[in-house]
Amino acid sequence: MCTVCGCGQGETKIEGHEHEHEHDHSHPHTHEHDHDHGHVHGHEHTHPDGTSHSHPHEHGHVHPHVHSHEHSHTGHDHGHDHLHDAGAGHDHSHADSELHGEGGQMHYHEHKGSAGKGDLHYGLGPAHAHAPGLTQERMVRIEQDILGKNNRYADGNRKHFAEHGIFAVNLVSSPGSGKTTLLVKTIELLKDKAKVAVVEGDQQTSNDADRIRATGAPAIQVNTGKGCHLDAHMVGHALERLALPDDSLLMIENVGNLVCPAAFDLGEAHKVVILSVTEGEDKPLKYPDMFNAADLMILNKVDLLPYLTFDVAKCVEFARRVNPKLEVLQVSATSGAGMGEWLGWLLAGLAQAKGSREANVDLLKKRIAELEAALAAKG
Amino acid sequence: MHEMSLAEGILQIVEDTAANQGFKRVTEVRLEIGALSGVEVEALSFCLDVVLKGGVADGARVELERLPGQGWCLACGETVEITALYDACPKCGGYQVQATGGTEMRVKDLLVE
Repeated sequence: MCTVCGCGQGETKIEGHEHEHEHDHSHPHTHEHDHDHGHVHGHEHTHPDGTSHSHPHEHGHVHPHVHSHEHSHTGHDHGHDHLHDAGAGHDHSHADSELHGEGGQMHYHEHKGSAGKGDLHYGLGPAHAHAPGLTQERMVRIEQDILGKNNRYADGNRKHFAEHGIFAVNLVSSPGSGKTTLLVKTIELLKDKAKVAVVEGDQQTSNDADRIRATGAPAIQVNTGKGCHLDAHMVGHALERLALPDDSLLMIENVGNLVCPAAFDLGEAHKVVILSVTEGEDKPLKYPDMFNAADLMILNKVDLLPYLTFDVAKCVEFARRVNPKLEVLQVSATSGAGMGEWLGWLLAGLAQAKGSREANVDLLKKRIAELEAALAAKG
Repeated sequence: MHEMSLAEGILQIVEDTAANQGFKRVTEVRLEIGALSGVEVEALSFCLDVVLKGGVADGARVELERLPGQGWCLACGETVEITALYDACPKCGGYQVQATGGTEMRVKDLLVE
């Protein structure tokens, strides 16, 4: 995995942060080593303006670690150069044979009634103890959320938003619902009322960010490559590049997909799902996760309703089946219908984010005043 | 959805734990997947087979424990069991049901040697 941006396939691109690599993993080996070494490696960056340069740097460190990995890299252009200090203790003990030797002899344990919950009877002690002298399995409790890593990054983003009074919304929909047009209109209408910035997620191209930038608002395109959703780590990097001023409105336009983005918290205040009336009114039932994850549904392109058989009441009813708390706004970015309510909703959220930031600042000032008073009393 | 990224998330948890605790092989990975988590269990098993190959958990058994979906019915004022987000309350037939449980996606524990 790319250690800079965290992209799994090495295809994620954040504007201003570009690199290429491809990994192909195939042979296993395990080794353990404690070593002390200094290494030199060079990074090569290509900037959006086409300039390319590399920074070689050197650092020494001592660390014990255990690797268990496998890879045969193809098309890999990371240059790593390790210069080991002479005489540094370095011990690789390869356990290949052990690993391979047992590869074909997995332990098959019978789990009675393994479909239900009743089979989980290992207790807290070591599990599956075998005859003495043979390998002994033990149980390692993990209790970790599979998306825990994303959620930790999302918490970091959320903290950043709170500290800076930023109201962040995550716009999700299927492709073609009119998200970008809605965004462009929203930015134009909010021009004198709020500082707005955009993170654009798409698999490829910077077309959408270009459309946003044409309005004068700062925008960063994140290309997810093969990825079907934005994750909190990508958004964190985009935030670094946007360097938003306090009390900004941040609109994150997710990849057009009604499935995956539902599960990925980006640290936003709300997910807003956009459904256009040219789609089926039963989409909330077909893609329940997304409508459940959202707090607001925008029914977009309502100017087209006279030409369609779309049943608004039915759609809203379906949406509320999966999410009884869902708010609904009917909007047309083209005719401007409902845009007032939408802007009102955004400005109310922004005012709230700003209010919390200011309250926090007041609290800190009060605390400083108290500490200064306490210090003066001592002196 | 994105079962491949979930499988990669599981692999990362397993490998991080292996690095921290220094075990060489994982023979079983146990997961808890809620009925309302949106995870397609078959697809996840398939993806896990692929991503675990060659690593510490190559060939490990994957045990999936399905946790039931739960929702709070506003009309009944109680927790009811549901199997999908769009399910009606099994008691009153209404749709004022807010999902409260069964959205888990967790690695519970590992058997290692």
